[in-house]
Amino acid sequence: MQISEMTALEMGRSIKKREISVLEATKDCLERIRVMEPEINSFVTVDEEAALESAREIQKKIDDGSMTGPLAGVPAAVKDNICTEGLKTTCSSKILWNFVPTYSAEAVLNMKKNGAVILGKTNMDEFAMGSTTETSAFGATKNPWNTDHVPGGSSGGSCAAVAACETIYALGSDTGGSIRQPSSFCGVTGLKPTYGTVSRYGLIAYGSSLDQIGPIAKDVSDCAAVLEMIASHDAKDSTSILRTDLDFTSALVDDVKGLRIGIPKDYFGEGLDEEVKQGVLKVADVLRSKGAEVELFDLSLVEYAIPAYYVIASAEASSNLARFDGVKYGYRAEEYEGLHNMYKKSRSEGFGEEVKRRIMLGSFVLSSGYYDAYYLKALRTKALIKQSFDRAFAKYDVILAPASPTTAPGLEESLSDPLKMYLGDIYTISVNLAGLPGITVPCCRDLAGLPIGVQIIGDCFQEKKIIRAAYAYEQARGPWQAPDCRMKQDPENCPAKEQPGATTQKGVE
Amino acid sequence: MAKQYETVIGLEVHVELATKTKIFCGCSTAFGGAPNTHTCPVCTGMPGSLPVLNRQVVEYAMAVGLATNCQINQYCKFDRKNYFYPDNPQNYQISQLYLPICHDGGIEIETAAGKKTVGIHEIHMEEDAGKLIHDEWEDCSLVDYNRSGVPLIEIVSEPDMRSVEEVIAYLDKLRLIIQYLGASDCKLQEGSMRADVNLSVREVGTEKFGTRTEMKNLNSFKAIARAIEGERARQIELLEEGKPVIQETRRWDDNKEYSYPMRSKEDAHDYRYFPDPDLVPVWISDEWLQEVKDRQPELRTEKLIRYKEEFDIPDYDAGILTSSKQLADLFEETTAICGKPKKVSNWLMGETLRLLKEEGQEPEELSFSPEHLAKLIELTEAGTINQTVAKEVFEKIFYDDIDPERYVEEHGLKTVNDEGALRSTVERVIDENPQSVADYRGGKEKALGFLVGQTMKAMKGKANPGAVNKLLKELLG
Amino acid sequence: MANIISDETIEYVGILAKLELSEEEKEQAKKDIGRMLDYIDKLNELDTSGVEPLSHVFPVNNVFREDVVTNTDTRLAILANAPAQKDGSFKVPKTVE
Repeated sequence: MQISEMTALEMGRSIKKREISVLEATKDCLERIRVMEPEINSFVTVDEEAALESAREIQKKIDDGSMTGPLAGVPAAVKDNICTEGLKTTCSSKILWNFVPTYSAEAVLNMKKNGAVILGKTNMDEFAMGSTTETSAFGATKNPWNTDHVPGGSSGGSCAAVAACETIYALGSDTGGSIRQPSSFCGVTGLKPTYGTVSRYGLIAYGSSLDQIGPIAKDVSDCAAVLEMIASHDAKDSTSILRTDLDFTSALVDDVKGLRIGIPKDYFGEGLDEEVKQGVLKVADVLRSKGAEVELFDLSLVEYAIPAYYVIASAEASSNLARFDGVKYGYRAEEYEGLHNMYKKSRSEGFGEEVKRRIMLGSFVLSSGYYDAYYLKALRTKALIKQSFDRAFAKYDVILAPASPTTAPGLEESLSDPLKMYLGDIYTISVNLAGLPGITVPCCRDLAGLPIGVQIIGDCFQEKKIIRAAYAYEQARGPWQAPDCRMKQDPENCPAKEQPGATTQKGVE
Repeated sequence: MAKQYETVIGLEVHVELATKTKIFCGCSTAFGGAPNTHTCPVCTGMPGSLPVLNRQVVEYAMAVGLATNCQINQYCKFDRKNYFYPDNPQNYQISQLYLPICHDGGIEIETAAGKKTVGIHEIHMEEDAGKLIHDEWEDCSLVDYNRSGVPLIEIVSEPDMRSVEEVIAYLDKLRLIIQYLGASDCKLQEGSMRADVNLSVREVGTEKFGTRTEMKNLNSFKAIARAIEGERARQIELLEEGKPVIQETRRWDDNKEYSYPMRSKEDAHDYRYFPDPDLVPVWISDEWLQEVKDRQPELRTEKLIRYKEEFDIPDYDAGILTSSKQLADLFEETTAICGKPKKVSNWLMGETLRLLKEEGQEPEELSFSPEHLAKLIELTEAGTINQTVAKEVFEKIFYDDIDPERYVEEHGLKTVNDEGALRSTVERVIDENPQSVADYRGGKEKALGFLVGQTMKAMKGKANPGAVNKLLKELLG
Repeated sequence: MANIISDETIEYVGILAKLELSEEEKEQAKKDIGRMLDYIDKLNELDTSGVEPLSHVFPVNNVFREDVVTNTDTRLAILANAPAQKDGSFKVPKTVE
């Protein structure tokens, strides 16, 4: 096996045993990046020099016994909306094209403390607004399984980089599904923690009440280990929650006996691709066969989550993105007449279409006379959605659902109709509104060879339950093969049929 | 007959709180640093930075609310006020709109027209903006965020004032209350207290308020008075000409004594307030509220009553002594040491105020210690120094806070109570001034004063003038 | 489309959001916002009377800092990304006429 194909925990162990060095691991990832980037474009910035230097430093600390964590020395990538001191952080936007933070996000500090070698910053939809990673000012990222398809978004760069073995794991952020949906499209495992579990300090805000940083990795164990490392109570983030149950790897237990699993009937209606549906239902069967109690139920209010989300997220974004004005950092228009013209030109030239669309929508719904009708209405809807999840979690330990109605769409298929793109977030968005944790695990591939992920949602602070369910499923599923990146050139060579769990099964309902 | 107009005034008073750090970050609030030296990612709106509320801000706001008879919203929240301006680094100001910390209070003021209560609509907490400096050499402005994020409370009055006198009385009262609480030094000139004036006029006898304007940039009581007169005149002129008053924000230019509309078409005045998702609500428990209540210092009204009862000093004196927290503190602390309230009061009311006036200073700037004033009083009372020397020593205390005992010792200023030394000096002065002696004996009383003066001079001021007088009379028969 | 966005509204939103749109972009924005609002109007089907708006998902209150100076002078870092600066300050077009 190539070094870069290892999981993070495998690599951590291997480094500890001196089987490989941190430098070797880092060089292997950098080499992989060199080969893959022209095809995939999952990185905005790769800092080879800094990565190699930090690899040497970390090796020293591992050698002298001062760095002992399970992920010490393992190379990682960070989504480009998470601040990294001294390393350009752009949000994939022209307006931050040259922004070099002088501070690191708390999650990044936690990574560094535990010996992560940061390779670079991954591509994303501009300001995390999008579901395809095509709204990036630095070009779209391609899906490593088939480069004619999108990787999903907005953490598409992080997911594609993990899938293409350019990095061992990555950080993403999830405001409406931005970790779980691209993880599904790229066949990787991604976890969105309970709101407040990972500090938002240093995460460039999109929708502050919804944003969470989370891990993207090759399997459930890695996700649990990375989350354990980055989660912390942070006095710098007022919404950070003090938790004493951050030992997530303790939940890596292959046992779901008696676990109550609910499947929302209303997630399986119109719009859901048949192959995705069958894939998810098969996961239910697997878990049932391992002793879980699976039941269908009515979650309700599903169709109201997206409109409520777009009001809340756009409103917050319109305010959060006001600071990008050409005064303190980032892009300033070259020619302007006076202050307000400078603002308008810098912002109009600096922001892309989708970002502008959401800022305008957000400004409108907050404007005089509309606040009650739109913003408060959306917050009331959010309360109702939270209640419907509360009712569900009174009966079930976890909820099993698709992560997206379809597998990865082709490039440029989504952007022409924004509303349709928004509808693709139907299974992920309500989780953010209710602050819940959710994980996506690859379960199979469609006939075109594109991965399908299953989403497991837990009640607030119940990451351990979703980790346990996901881990148990993963054990039954068997190893997940990395994409063969020659696939595009040679579609006949598609290994879909040999992939465990790839065959669809009927008649679960 | 010409129409009679009534002026209706409400104030929005911003007060910078006396915290050590800013409202949402650990940067110092100290004045006078070089531009942007008291800043961090939070108060400069860096991407990814987040605010965390300073507990002391909540306590000060509560204290001011309680002292101005407000109701405290035990559940209050912060909202974002969205508008673009370079002194506002996030392009939104964190403030309180929907649930401000205090509401529905009021304070009593007194003017020549009598006593009345000015209602307080609400008090809310918010962050201050940075400073814009207009470059002299280049066509640009420079932004300094040292003041950005300094905690403010905004005290919004009801439109209850009708004259400049009432406005000044209200501001004075408010300032004194806040200074007594230690919540702010309330200096208008330095901008730690700022007042925006909302003003409208209406015909006497009408119920309905006229259209109001809001005036900003008022940095002294005099400017406020002039702005009120100027704006009243402007609005009356418009009404007399049959033109409407436009509801707008105007900037007072104190040099030109005129106000100008402030906003351009680029300002929509639509602040799109919504709850700040980065901050959690403040919940003030009954216990917390009680703790702050218990800690409230004695305010002026209570002090006035106590001074009369406890120290038996006249109303007028008590009024002056309590007109400044610093003066009242000095009075009480000095009295506690020397136990002579009347003497302490005399020194503060007399010499202290005289020197302050001479220096053009406010009582808040007093810096001498009560121990030294108490010692001076003891020295005088014991007859160790005479009144003239005492005044001289007091000046030293006032300016340099010297220890009077040491100073008197080092400079040999003790009154000479040695009968023999005094007698021989007086005899020598009589010998040396035959003309004056003759004048005195000839009935010119004034000549005695000259001889006393000469004796004091010869004794370097250290004699007791009464004793000199007595001895001279005795020797001159 | 039930929500018709007028030219004035787009102009107004542009002022609020500090965005300058070309004629073509304006037309597109009118359409997009109108469509989004039509979709958002779906929320009106829901009876939310008596439901408290939920800003924070968790009922956490009173997160405070103590009033202690923790920051030092980091002016160089603060100004490091400024598009224009002068005399230790951010430089902007003149703010008063």
